[in-house]
Amino acid sequence: MKRKIAMALMAMLAAAALAGCGGEKEDTKENGSTAQAGDAAGTEEEDAGGQKATSGEITVYTALEDEQVSEYLAKFNETYPDITVNVVRESTGIITAKLIAEKDNPQADVIWGTAASSMMVLDDMDALEPYEPEGCDRILPEFKSDKEIPTWVGIDAWETAFVVNTQELEKLGMEADEIKTYEDLLDPRLQGQIVMSNPNSSGTGFLTVSAILQLKGKDSEAGWDYLDQLHENVAQYVHSGSKPAKMAASGECAVGISFGYAGISQRDKGAPVEVIFPEEGSGWDLEANALLKKDEINPAAYTFLDWAITDEAMDLYRVNYPIVTVENTGSYEGYDSNPLDQLIDNDFSWAAENRESILNQWMENYDSKSEAE
Amino acid sequence: MKKFRDMKLYRNPANVFMICMTLVLVIILICPLAALFSKAFLTASGDFAGLENYVKYFSTPALSVSIKNTMVVSCAAAVLGTLLGFLYAYGLTRTKIKGKTFFRYVAMIPLFLPTVVHGLSLVYLFGKQGMITGLGWDIGLYGRTGIILSEIIYTFPQAFLMFSIALNYADGRLYEAAETMGCGALKKFTHITLPSVKYTLINSLFVCFTLAFTDFGAPKVLGGNYNVLATDIYKQVAGQFNMNMGAVVGTLLLIPAVISFGVDRVTSGKNSEGISSKAQALKIKESKTRDGVFYLICGGISLCLLGLVAVLFVGAFTKYYPYDMGFTLENFKFNPSTGGFQSFLNSIGMSLLTAVVGTVFVFVYAYFIERGKCNRIFKNTGRMLSSLPLALPGMVIGLGFIFFFNQKDNPLNFIYGTVIILVLANIVHFYSVPFVTASGALKKLDKEYENVADSLKIPAWKTFCQVVVPLSLPAVLEIFMYYFMNSMVTVSAVVFLYSAQFKIASIAITHMEEAGDIAQAAAMSLLILLINVAARGLYEVCRRLSTRERGAREGAGKARVHLFKGKVQGSL
Repeated sequence: MKRKIAMALMAMLAAAALAGCGGEKEDTKENGSTAQAGDAAGTEEEDAGGQKATSGEITVYTALEDEQVSEYLAKFNETYPDITVNVVRESTGIITAKLIAEKDNPQADVIWGTAASSMMVLDDMDALEPYEPEGCDRILPEFKSDKEIPTWVGIDAWETAFVVNTQELEKLGMEADEIKTYEDLLDPRLQGQIVMSNPNSSGTGFLTVSAILQLKGKDSEAGWDYLDQLHENVAQYVHSGSKPAKMAASGECAVGISFGYAGISQRDKGAPVEVIFPEEGSGWDLEANALLKKDEINPAAYTFLDWAITDEAMDLYRVNYPIVTVENTGSYEGYDSNPLDQLIDNDFSWAAENRESILNQWMENYDSKSEAE
Repeated sequence: MKKFRDMKLYRNPANVFMICMTLVLVIILICPLAALFSKAFLTASGDFAGLENYVKYFSTPALSVSIKNTMVVSCAAAVLGTLLGFLYAYGLTRTKIKGKTFFRYVAMIPLFLPTVVHGLSLVYLFGKQGMITGLGWDIGLYGRTGIILSEIIYTFPQAFLMFSIALNYADGRLYEAAETMGCGALKKFTHITLPSVKYTLINSLFVCFTLAFTDFGAPKVLGGNYNVLATDIYKQVAGQFNMNMGAVVGTLLLIPAVISFGVDRVTSGKNSEGISSKAQALKIKESKTRDGVFYLICGGISLCLLGLVAVLFVGAFTKYYPYDMGFTLENFKFNPSTGGFQSFLNSIGMSLLTAVVGTVFVFVYAYFIERGKCNRIFKNTGRMLSSLPLALPGMVIGLGFIFFFNQKDNPLNFIYGTVIILVLANIVHFYSVPFVTASGALKKLDKEYENVADSLKIPAWKTFCQVVVPLSLPAVLEIFMYYFMNSMVTVSAVVFLYSAQFKIASIAITHMEEAGDIAQAAAMSLLILLINVAARGLYEVCRRLSTRERGAREGAGKARVHLFKGKVQGSL
């Protein structure tokens, strides 16, 4: 008897293993994409994107900061109290890796506030469903995907910034206002005092390197010459975009090359840091929203995506990220004029095309001889 | 089917059990790995690429430096971690120093805390603004020094655990015999003690080496510009979203596990660590000098480990280290978006579940491998599978689980997004060390128990429950605690698998650290530390109870066999 049970168990396990390992999947598509829409009662209106619902439950993946997420969602639920939003929040790298891994059977309905560079990767894999949220025409054309029906829509921009620790600078005999430009970072007094993110592991690192190369002339060697000189002053290249700001805040370095919000949030928590935007212009990337391609698209997902670019939402984003993607941008301390002018004229297609060669060259120049013994 | 049953292999229930358990392991270990690693041979668009990805990876400019660095760091961590673990365990098992319970707790501190906290503590101590740096001693934390320090902290408790189990079993008769023959302390050490833990020593070296080889937590936080292989996988997956190259690096990281398996096979063939059932407990003699030396060693190590916690206290209760040192309790008001207190409760539930299921599985499986009457092929397959997880970075397990369990046509798809998948991932992730602990303890038991039981026709499960488990209780409890504590603090695998509805505390800490709320992260870590210490306290009580009965049990094991004998005879 016992043996029979054991055999049965074994057979079951074997079946599970085989089925799981088996490669080809059957098409599980059931009749139509809105079969479930009826469940989500409430007012539904017909739209080009499908049926929208004002009640239901959606899963959202985001790279926005924890604190911001809860604040924004509270506001969303004031308008749509019957939509439950389940959020998974991780850093850009992790959430993108998770999305790619889940691509064949997506768990999330919506991606919210995640780097446009990640969106492009996902879009290339055909993981995004084109959808034009209501009011999408307000979004400036350079801040959304260039498809006819956009696959992703930007909400705000984040940009290269120097986060300088005033107390540590003082120890080096420097003032914060002595650092205004990329060139100023080459000051010999800053030797071994700068931390920046490694472009091979961090999006922020890449946008900064790409901006420097673009500013110095895409096809000349001037950009690499600059990076060579900067390397002399760099103490370490770290694997996260916000870490240089945090290290500057805790005094582990004098200058962190990071992004604006990372520095400003540290300063607001009481760190003796100032956030400086380089005069030549900042490299930048967008945080964007998208709908995931699934067999059955959750009707409440459309409602959320629509809300996520309303003026109400933009006003919330603007508090932390003054550069939002609609025309009427807020004011940003640290900027004298229109913050949009701070952004360089980023050539994304050039950056995408040359990404691999830039990263390899960077690795060869700085990763392989980085440990001074 | 009938023919199937007639086959000799399947007539033995031990073989059937073995196959079942191996299949479970195949499902939760090999299938996810295959799902991920098959990508190493594909292009990004899914076409077959052969070895192209490998060729590309080996032409990476900085690779040779990374390999050299990885070897340096891993060897240093293996040797130092093992040495310290051995000395500490020796002090706690073979000397008469006082406060052994205290020392045992302290040795576990690194396991009580998420690894990101080791990094934070080292920064608080040795960073540019660190307390010790402030006193004028700058060790140049970022880079090789930092990684090695962090890896030693990480590997030390693992080595200590293995040795404390191994050194705990000793045959007093050998030492007495040596004494009557006039052997000195050194000779006894090199001829009795060392050979008796030879197997554990080699295992510990490999475990520490592999852990350091595959860990990217420490290099990520403290590595500076010191590049190691393990960070490559992070760069590929989370930096460049290149799963195929990530899989390539993942397969390469398996190399030490495969080598260590080979070494394990060679050494365990000659293993003579088994303790006869006639063994007598070792009587530890008085020695002031010996105890003095070990007070120094254990005390010194404890002080360093306590320093890590002390720093956490400072971090958790100050306003803004190091610029505003005012006292505050604000840091314990956690931001609800990280899951708040619920995440803490979730963590406890998940860890308990992992510990119960994991301990049962590991111990039973190790029992069949070490002592079961099953086919050698199954045993070796089991050993091979059991040594693999050690070499898997959490990220590989996490992604592999997604690729495998998130397939629509996988009948196990329903566990995706539930606590079950977190538990399975943890069981796999931390599988190897408990397995070594279990098989080490099981090897020490005299084969006689089974033989006697067998000849008396006492069912094997009875011998297992009433003799083997009670005699191995310290190891079982140790495994339980190991699973519990690791599950409380783990991040790297579960970060890919937790769902919006079930958040856990260790992830919350990472989020706080990422958001720059280092003080809050320190505060949450203190809570985790607290629960782990409490769990450990409970464990100590259990262990006491079990060792108090131990003396009686040693005999009782045999007594029970006699008891069986009586029963069997009675029933005949």
